[in-house]
Amino acid sequence: MNNQEKKALTGAESVAEAMKQINPDVVPAYPITPQTDIMHTFAKFVADGKVNSEMILVESEHSAMSAAVGAAAAGARVMTATASNGLALMHEIVYIAASSRLPIVMAVANRALSGPINIHCDHSDTMAERDSGWLQIYCENNQEAYDTTLLAVRLAEHKDVRLPVMVCMDGFITSHNIEGVEILDDKDVKDFVGELKMDYPLLNTEKPITFGPLDFYDYYFEHKRQQSEGINNARNAFPKIAKELSAITGRDYDFIEEYKSSDAEFIVVIMSSSAGTTKDVVDDLRAKGIKAGLVKIRMYRPFPFFEVGEAIKNAKVVAILDRTESFGAVGGPLFNEVRSAITDMKKKPKTINYVFGLGGREYNKSLANKVFEEIQGYEDKDVKELVHYLGVRD
Amino acid sequence: MIEKKNWKQIPQGGLIIEAGNAVNYKTGDWRTFRPVRDEKKCTQCMMCWMYCPDSCIIPKDGKIDHTDYDFCKGCGVCAQVCPVKCIEMKEEDEFR
Repeated sequence: MNNQEKKALTGAESVAEAMKQINPDVVPAYPITPQTDIMHTFAKFVADGKVNSEMILVESEHSAMSAAVGAAAAGARVMTATASNGLALMHEIVYIAASSRLPIVMAVANRALSGPINIHCDHSDTMAERDSGWLQIYCENNQEAYDTTLLAVRLAEHKDVRLPVMVCMDGFITSHNIEGVEILDDKDVKDFVGELKMDYPLLNTEKPITFGPLDFYDYYFEHKRQQSEGINNARNAFPKIAKELSAITGRDYDFIEEYKSSDAEFIVVIMSSSAGTTKDVVDDLRAKGIKAGLVKIRMYRPFPFFEVGEAIKNAKVVAILDRTESFGAVGGPLFNEVRSAITDMKKKPKTINYVFGLGGREYNKSLANKVFEEIQGYEDKDVKELVHYLGVRD
Repeated sequence: MIEKKNWKQIPQGGLIIEAGNAVNYKTGDWRTFRPVRDEKKCTQCMMCWMYCPDSCIIPKDGKIDHTDYDFCKGCGVCAQVCPVKCIEMKEEDEFR
């Protein structure tokens, strides 16, 4: 394990610190609450000459992603950040970044999509991009935000992946709260991320290429099939990269985190900062002799289908908590994907969905306790209502 | 018929890595009408050459030489602008 210095940083500052050490070539920036601090903090590094990054202040998020695509196509290492409707505004270019196989890394401070306008945390913004072809990793706390930013660069640039990555953290909850974060030495980060070598950078005039051309119906499907292969290759690429980082930080990261779940009868599946709250409740319940457990999904895209299935298969009842609604679907995105992972198992747990925390609605120990209490009630009872709303006034 | 490549055989991300290979795609295939020039009537004013959107009217030694039928899409602008109407748009089927 290498030398690390503990600093008191907000989640936004933790990401900006990682970006400073990575020293990307180009950072297109447009502000939006609650990610503005990431770009703000990084802008100060640029002004103070601590990085060589070309920071481009653009006129909208659509332009930010467009600039990112252009720079990445030219051969630059590109990073940026956004949230909520900013991410929604870049939507069409987000798809293009992925289909053009550009290793852009973007931090997203998860914030509810309008309307009504809401600046607080939920996962609707990144969930709306789950089909885009970007990888998505959800960070529970500031330490994970820092470490994941480093991992994301290596994962995006891996020769078998070559896809953009969203590093997600809960808006305000993680982005604006100060925690003690272990920061590596600049040299260790520089050595870990290495240099980016694109195969056909536009700036290489010896090998002129056409970037972003048209496909007819005779080749689009083949390009998409290729893209599927790329994102699935991340399943093999990630563990090796995580192991390499673990050797220098002492912190391990997997696709999921299993917290007291191996022998658990009642499991909550959840993502991001709310997992922290839930772990406390799991501890309390375990102290009372209740076999409670937690499965936290870190890498949501590609979805850890087999890992999640294995982690929950022996439980009696599993509550899957979604911090977003997928209107018109029966249950949120996590509910449906986790259910799919256990569909073919002969023996499987009962599953029940809780939609929670929309628009920054508080999720606390009391609500987490309520979930565990309710699912224990289903041990000998059939689940009649698949979808519940946790913390809403009705 | 060119054999189509599978998904493993094409460059990643839809890149076209061969420079200038648009010249291999013969858009002349799309034609339904073909411009045919009456050389005797032609006054060599060069209007057709100037207006052709695909640069398919090929001059040689200061005179109109031929039409590049590999890329002529049969739009008929040359026939429209010819001041002496020496260009006739004929059905492509007559030439297939």
